[in-house]
Amino acid sequence: MNKTEEQIVKRAAELLDNKEVDKVIGWKKGEFCFDPSPAAFTSSDELKDFVYNDFCGANLSKYLVNECKSGGKIAVFLKPCDTYSFNELVKEHRVNKEKVKVIGVECHGKLDIEKIKSKGIAAVTGAEESGGKVAVTSLYGNAELDKNEVLLDKCLTCKGKKFAVADEIIVLNEMEETKNDRFSGVEALEKMSEEERFAFWKAELSKCIRCNACRNVCPACTCNKCVFDNNASGVATKAPADTFEEQMFHIIRAFHVAGRCTDCGECSRVCPQHIPLHLLNRKFIKDINRLYGEFQAGETDEGKNPLIEYRESDAEPSSAVNGEVRHA
Amino acid sequence: MQSVTETKNEFVPTIVAFCCNWCSYAGADLAGSSRLSYPANVKIIRVPCSCRVNPMFVLKAFQQGADGVILCGCHPGDCHYVTGNYYTRRRMSLLFGFLNYLGIEKDRTRVEWVSAAEGAKFSAVMNDFAKRINELGENKRLKDLRVKENGHE
Ligand code: SF4
Ligand code: SF4
Repeated sequence: MNKTEEQIVKRAAELLDNKEVDKVIGWKKGEFCFDPSPAAFTSSDELKDFVYNDFCGANLSKYLVNECKSGGKIAVFLKPCDTYSFNELVKEHRVNKEKVKVIGVECHGKLDIEKIKSKGIAAVTGAEESGGKVAVTSLYGNAELDKNEVLLDKCLTCKGKKFAVADEIIVLNEMEETKNDRFSGVEALEKMSEEERFAFWKAELSKCIRCNACRNVCPACTCNKCVFDNNASGVATKAPADTFEEQMFHIIRAFHVAGRCTDCGECSRVCPQHIPLHLLNRKFIKDINRLYGEFQAGETDEGKNPLIEYRESDAEPSSAVNGEVRHA
Repeated sequence: MQSVTETKNEFVPTIVAFCCNWCSYAGADLAGSSRLSYPANVKIIRVPCSCRVNPMFVLKAFQQGADGVILCGCHPGDCHYVTGNYYTRRRMSLLFGFLNYLGIEKDRTRVEWVSAAEGAKFSAVMNDFAKRINELGENKRLKDLRVKENGHE
């Protein structure tokens, strides 16, 4: 057990034992070290299954939408990036912040098991980062990997280690900021010709199996009734409702979250087809910054998002599409 | 004079024009009563305000076979509902930029402000847009975006 995990479990046990909260949302150990899953804990006995390791990439804020529906107070552990999603959910009245205690937790970047496996390491039994390295243990021996090669994509371009909101924080070691430019991927695509871009996206989007995982994990997708539900099938979240939404799925979804997406990177993390979905959302973020001034969704839990705002001096669509820069 | 048989196999694009009831739709009327022509392949859809056009409408038009989609509304500041077209402007700026990011030709989409008094502008805009779409040809990309046979694997 690492020191941070120890502290987190200790705090969770205190909160539950003192009846300060009725529920704690955290990560529960899975079959392997690399598949912890989000879970709610209601008593300190259950906390023996609590984990907080370098594979806890999952953003827990969306689980509050459902958990808040029942009475009682909830404590939730959020990494810096997850706190933005929390604010956005509060802003949209999907989560009642009075009911929630946000505990910010230390994060040095989370690992991508697929990337570790692709280094030829099988049967991973543990992995721990420190400095720029990751020490991996497996049934077949130990290995040391470069951290940057095995981080989740979202962590390679981390927005920063600031907690947008937190009632308390558990940070034992100082968190280092990532210097990578979040928008370089979008820029590279923008520089291509229309034909090249089309070929790129066609190849990527054709891989989609419409499993809806990206929608289900997205903290901005919390509509009770979603346009992508297929009511006729009986299995609400699977199978396309019609050819229109089948063809336009990615465009519609990206637009639905435009101006609200905090860029938490969960969509790309869960996509079984490894489609770089964050490159869709980031295009909107980049254009909003360029045209309407810097905007980070979830920075606060108040105010209007750019698509429900306007300025008389806003750019015209024709010049906006041609790359006009217009700030606040 | 061109014979009918000569023009028969020519590509005739389908153009969808969403026109605001209070300005551009009246502008189209004025164009008509002033005997100014606009192409017959422009299908006008009357909407209460350009802001009524959900981005999904634009996608739906393309998916149903449109080769070009144009939105016409009142000039900024003149919206019948005061601010509707300001929202349209942001929405469509982002949507059209996004479609282009996916590789869809940027000239297939357009926003123009046309008042009820601007019959001549309406006719000129539609002629110009239709000409450009004609040059671009059929809109295949948006339909092909998720054609599985051509994906990797
Ligand atoms: S994006 Fe940043 S805060 Fe979020 S999991 Fe990755 S490193 Fe941690
Ligand atoms: S997670 Fe990936 S494969 Fe599944 S619906 Fe989303 S884009 Fe398609």
